[in-house]
Parts: sequence; structure tokens; C-alpha cells
Amino acid sequence: MQNDVVLKMRGINISFPGVKALSDVDFTLRKGEIHALMGENGAGKSTLIKILTGVYTKDSGQIFIDTDGTESEITIRSPQDAQNKGISTVYQEITLCPNLTVAENIYISRGEGSLVNWKKMEKDAGALLERLNIPARPRQQLGSCSLAVQQMIAIARAVDMDCKVLILDEPTSSLDEKEVAMLFGLMRDLKAQGVGIIFVTHFLEQVYEVCDRITVLRNGELVGEYEIENLPQVQLVAKMMGKELDDLTDMDKKEFVPVQDAAPVFEASGLTSSDCPNPFDFSISKGEVNGFTGLLGSGRSESVRAIFGADRVTGGKVKVNGKPVKISKPIHAMKHGIGYLAEDRKRDGIIADLSVRENIILALQVLKGFFRPFSRSEAEAFAEEYVKALAIKTASLDTPIKSLSGGNQQKVILARWLLTHPQYLILDEPTRGIDIGTKVEIQKLVLKLAEDGVSVTFISSEIEEMVRTCSRLLVMRDRKIVGELVGPAVQQSVIMKTIAGGGD
Amino acid sequence: MNRQARTLRRKEPLTDTQLLLTITICIFFAMYIAAMAIWGGGFLRPQQLFDMLNNNASLIICACALTIVMIGGGIDISVGGLTALVVMSCVVFLDDFGGNIFTAVLLSMGIGLAFGCVHGLLISYLEIQPFIVTLAGMFFARGMTTIVSIDPRTAEHAGFLLLKKTRLEIPWLGYIVKKTGKLIPAKIEIGVIVALVIVLIVFFMLKKTRFGRNLYAIGGNSQSALMLGVNVKRTRFLSYLISGLLSGIAGFVYLMHTGAANATVAAGAEMNAIASSIIGGTLLTGGVGNVIGTLFGVLTLTTIKSIVVTSGLRDPWWQTITTGAMLCFFILLQSVVLSNRGKFKLSDLFRKKKTDVILEKN
Repeated sequence: MQNDVVLKMRGINISFPGVKALSDVDFTLRKGEIHALMGENGAGKSTLIKILTGVYTKDSGQIFIDTDGTESEITIRSPQDAQNKGISTVYQEITLCPNLTVAENIYISRGEGSLVNWKKMEKDAGALLERLNIPARPRQQLGSCSLAVQQMIAIARAVDMDCKVLILDEPTSSLDEKEVAMLFGLMRDLKAQGVGIIFVTHFLEQVYEVCDRITVLRNGELVGEYEIENLPQVQLVAKMMGKELDDLTDMDKKEFVPVQDAAPVFEASGLTSSDCPNPFDFSISKGEVNGFTGLLGSGRSESVRAIFGADRVTGGKVKVNGKPVKISKPIHAMKHGIGYLAEDRKRDGIIADLSVRENIILALQVLKGFFRPFSRSEAEAFAEEYVKALAIKTASLDTPIKSLSGGNQQKVILARWLLTHPQYLILDEPTRGIDIGTKVEIQKLVLKLAEDGVSVTFISSEIEEMVRTCSRLLVMRDRKIVGELVGPAVQQSVIMKTIAGGGD
Repeated sequence: MNRQARTLRRKEPLTDTQLLLTITICIFFAMYIAAMAIWGGGFLRPQQLFDMLNNNASLIICACALTIVMIGGGIDISVGGLTALVVMSCVVFLDDFGGNIFTAVLLSMGIGLAFGCVHGLLISYLEIQPFIVTLAGMFFARGMTTIVSIDPRTAEHAGFLLLKKTRLEIPWLGYIVKKTGKLIPAKIEIGVIVALVIVLIVFFMLKKTRFGRNLYAIGGNSQSALMLGVNVKRTRFLSYLISGLLSGIAGFVYLMHTGAANATVAAGAEMNAIASSIIGGTLLTGGVGNVIGTLFGVLTLTTIKSIVVTSGLRDPWWQTITTGAMLCFFILLQSVVLSNRGKFKLSDLFRKKKTDVILEKN
């Protein structure tokens, strides 16, 4: 049994200024297994991965890797060093260079010699892409591929490096179902070849679909390693959160009954934007939670961006509280009490180098005008209130937001919008890439907001979340609204059918 | 196998680098041909083009240096100051210290390498802003120039003067003076050959060596490049080292053209070099660029200037104003073209539409 081990980490410790990120963590990976590394955000998964890939250096502890049956201790100095030692990683965010070609991205900084053999590189890349069924051409500029394809190219690169250990850090968060299935096929192939795969994901179903073993971390400590058969999903969640999970069941959305003769909070007809060419109608009443659903790329985000004026609005009429208004820029929407939590947190959400406090007051400050800044104490009071209300885990209000975990960053952005006391809040994928505990908190918050009379449009890739929160769903396919589900029709099976177009 | 071969042979849409290069080359030729048609005269003679090269050989080399650094996402504004320091040092070395041409060349390269090395160390290993580091380098080099000699100097070394006078003559590209019927061959200075060889070497380096591709990678996204296993620090260091080396060579080439040195030599050369690189399709943000484009960038800039002069606006400020307008135009063009990529494909104009094909079949 012991001989099967390909990677062993023992007693890993690391701390950052003010935080003990990992204490005494053990991790064992066997040949030909898919091993899930689970934990909430801030549990230390990313830190452990980054130690393995040479981005961070551990304070103490040992890492052993198996080379042809002999086990030897290694130190990993840099990502390059990790690659050379057979540890390859595919990250959640695409870590390829968009300005290079597909082939270059697969082969850069690999191989011997100081010259590049373009012909051979492109031929090899072509063969590899074909073998893995990736719809990209070697000479294509990477930036012209879709995000999903870029992700697959990153995996192709790792696969091609004859790695002993393949780390997949949230690889599926930007892939649609078909692509996920393809990826899983690939993972099983690699597993059969004896590669040890570490799989980090937030999708519990995916863990149970492909994984053999699970290691659970919590607050930088090892909770345990389990065989997948011996750990039912509910218990896994309980182990990750450190408490029994009855939160999901006690969440109950109320049947939504709109006030009869009140004008909708927001109403749009024939709305189009530069990225959303098909005109659509949309309305939302006070205290309603509705949602856009559909496959990745079906135009969900584009629709809400048009509502918020985030893309160039090209046509349509918009009414707020029954009065016709013009929304062509986000600031217009904000002045009408609309808030928008963007899908891409890194790009459209956080300002990485600003502090938590500054990030929180940003939207309100914009509304007030930059020439009338909040005093330090006002800002602090605001920030403190929401840090407490949303239980944001941060060392202080002055901590740069980039050093917070994903879930906490998301809460800060939420706080930013809540602080403006919007009458209508659009949440685009607020739960992507964050841990299950925070997910539940956010869903509860949405329901609570609705109770308080805020209208919310909610978008999520996880249909269960939509079912749990929305009382009305607009289903999109190929950039068009193809169905509207209300009340009891908001069920997983009906949604699936509508997305698939069974009703046509 | 057959299918794979076909996929490989298929025409790919141009990469950003190739697209910007094409634009620059087209604009240069359009402009030059327009100038030939409108003003004729000098523009019709090949010598006009060679003079552009003769007068700008050192600028071409500086612009190559800038292109390399800018592709890596950095900037080097010390090239002009460094050129001046090298020019002055070489004159003093040749005339006062009895140096010969070979050691003078070594001295130029040595000065360049020394500066490049310090820049590289500070920028890539101590992670100081490249703009500040090379600004300091520029002031330092300018100051050193005055220390080497406060008076303007003219080279008097016999061997060097011989080299300076040497011209490559191409009779068949020359022209006949009508009055005397004498053939005046086209003349190219040694510096131009050096510059063109450097352009070729840099082109090869950027296209074919791992260092070159790593440079594009770190310019495109240095974080990703690091994750892909590129030695970001070393690559960045090397780019400044090469930039320094090229600036040194540019200094010697400058001296071969003018034979004179003073403290204001190559004033503003760094800005001209940056402008040329940008016109040539190198993005200040890094990751996109091509040294052939840079060559055409220098030529475009020079052509514009001679057009301004030919059209009667002889005051020097007209040249700077046109340069400014030109730069603005190119940056605007680049950003419009790049941001509209994929939305509108030029190739669609030439490719048959699907419907056309179907119609033809019927």
C-alpha cells in the first residue's frame, strides 16, 4: 500500500503576517487516484497548493515525492522547479499568456536548447489538441479562444508534461456541463495512466462523480482523509463547516405575491446593448427575487449588464418605479437605486490594493461625489457595520482586499452595494468560487433583503441555488429569453427541460 | 494525419503583433508613394531612402533596444543619455588615450553593458519601477558625459576618420546629374549596415529564441508567465542588459555618422525611439511588438519629417508637431483596431460568404 504513494506532505506549517495559514497539515496522494482537497474558503487549500507549486515556501514540514519506487524528500523553490519535479498545476484563473499562440502556451519554458522549433511545436500541439479533442488550432492567438477552451489548453499543457502529480485548482468553474464531462473523461484517462490528481473544487456533486478520496481542511488544520464511499455528502459538508448542516433545509422562500397596482420597481422593454443584440422585456416588482438562468454563454450576464448600463445600451425603453428614465451608464443606474454585483470579481468587483474600508464605501462615495469625501470616522463606521453584519473575516478594516479569501472579498463587494441601500440589486454569480458556508449565507441574505422590500435579480450557475431563492425565473438560450417560470414551476427538472428546449 | 496537416496549413487570423506590423508597413508605403507622386524630385531617388537610413542608423538601434524592453512590459529612457556618454567617451578615448577602433567598440559595448546590468538588477531583482531607474540612468549618463569632456570634441583619430568616411556604393541605384552627365552612386554608411544587421539579429532573437518568446510571455502577463515556469526575473534582466548593449553600439554608430561629440548629443533620442517603436506596432503595455515594425516606425517618422520639410514648413517645430500628431494617430488607430478585433474581420471582406457558396452550388 505504502508503495503506491506518489506524494507525501508531512507537518506542513506556514504563516503570513498575522495569520497562521496552515498548521501541521499532512497530505498523501497515491498513484492513479483523484483526490479531492476540500474546505471552506480560508481553510488553507490554496495555500497548500501554492506550497506544492513553489509559489510559497513552507515554514516547516517535509514533502516527499516518489521517483521510480524510491521516495525522496524535495524542496520546491519555484513554479519552474515544481514542473521539473513532475508537479503540474492548472489554476482557476487562466494562467496562460493571451498574446501568444496556443502552441506556444503549451510549450513555453519547456524542452531543451535556447531556440524555438516552431514547426515541431505546432505539429506536436496540433496532435495533442486533436488527441484531447480540444477545439483550438495551434497557431491561433490564445486570446481569441473562449475562456473554457483556454482552460482546456492549460490542462493540455499540464497533461503533456508527463506529470506525476496534476493539480486542478477549480478547473470547472468556467466550463459548461459538456466541457466538464470532457474534462472528467480526461481525468479518468490520466488516472488510468497512474497520474495522481489533486482536485480542488466547490462543486460537491463533481467530487462525488470523479474522486476516490477526500482530504478535508478547516481553518488551516487537517480534519481528516476519507474514502469517498465512507463519507456521504452531508457529512462532508459538516466536516468542512465544523458543524452539522441543517442550514440548507431551514431556508424557506416565501411565495411571492406582488402588490397589485404598484408599478414595477424596474421595467424594460425591447432592451438591447452592444453585447446583447436580441431585444428583451424584463420587469421586477418590489420585494421580488427573480433570476436569469441558462447555460454558460447563453446571455445571462449580458442581459443584466444591459439593465445596469454596463455595456453600451443600443435601444429599448426603461422605467423605474413607473417613470421613464434613461440608463446608459452604471452611474445612471446607481442614481436610480440599482446595484450590480459583477460576475468577474477580480476584474469588475474588487480594487485589489485598496483596503476593505475603501472598497466598502466606494459605491456610496461615487453617489455622493468624489469632491465631498466621507470623513475617516464616517467611513470606518460604515465599514464596521457591514463587516459585522456580513461576518466578513478580515484582519482589520485597513487590510488590502486582495489578501482576503474569495468568499470574504465577495462579501465586501456585497457590503459595498448594500451600503447604498439599493431598491433593486442585481447579483451576477455572487456564489461562484466561494465556500459552501458563505454560499448559504448569501442565499439567506438575498431572501432577507427581499423580505425587507428590496428587489433582487439573482444569477447562478448552480440551479439548486436558483430554485432555493427565486420566485420567478427567466430561462435563456442562445442569447434569447426562451421561457419564464413562475412559482411552483421553478423546479430543477422544469428548468432543465426549458434550457434544453424540450418544450419547443 | 491528412486532416491534421490540413488544419495546420489553414490560414490563421493574424496575431495582434502581425496585425499592427501590417498596418505600419502599409502606412509607410502609402505615405512614401504619395510623397513620390506629389513631390517627386528627391523622393524618386533611392538615395533619399538611404539618407534616411544614414541619418538614423543610431536611432534604429536605440529603437530596437526600446522595442525589446517594451515587449517585456518595461521602458528604458536612458538610451539617449547612454548614446551621448558613449560618443563622448569614444572621442576622448581615441584622441587622448590612443585607443584603436577595436578597443573603442569594446569600450562602447562595455559602457552600455554596465548601465544595462545595473538597470536590470535594480528593475528585475529589486523590483523598482523601470521608468525611475532608467530616468536616473539617463541623468547619470548625461552628467558623466560632461565629466568626460566639458568641451565639444571632434574625432581626429586617423583610422576612425577613414572608417567614418567609408561608404558602401551601389552604382545601379545611383542617379545621373543632368548637367555633367556624371553618375553619382547610391551611398550607404557602415552604421546602416550595423543597424540592419542588429535589426535582423533582434528579429531572430524575438522570434526564434526561448528568451524572445519568454519576453513576449512576461510582457503579456508576467504572473501567468511565472506560473508557466518562465524565469521572469532573468528574462527581464536580460532585456535591460541587451538594451544597454544596443545603446552602447548606437553610440558608436552615432559617432561614425557625425564624428563629433558634445553634451547634447542624441538629445531626445529616447523619445524618438519610443515613438518609433509605438508607430511600429509595439504596445507600451507589453507583449505585442515586432522589430521589423520598429524599423518601419523609424522610416515612417523620418518620412513624415521630410515631407513636412519638402512641403515648405521649414521651421523645426513643425516636425515635432507632426511627430506628435502622428504618434497620436497611430495610438488611436492601434487601440481602435485591437479593441474591435473579432467583431469585424478584415478577412471577411475577401472570404466568400457561406450563402454565396450555397448559391453557387445551386
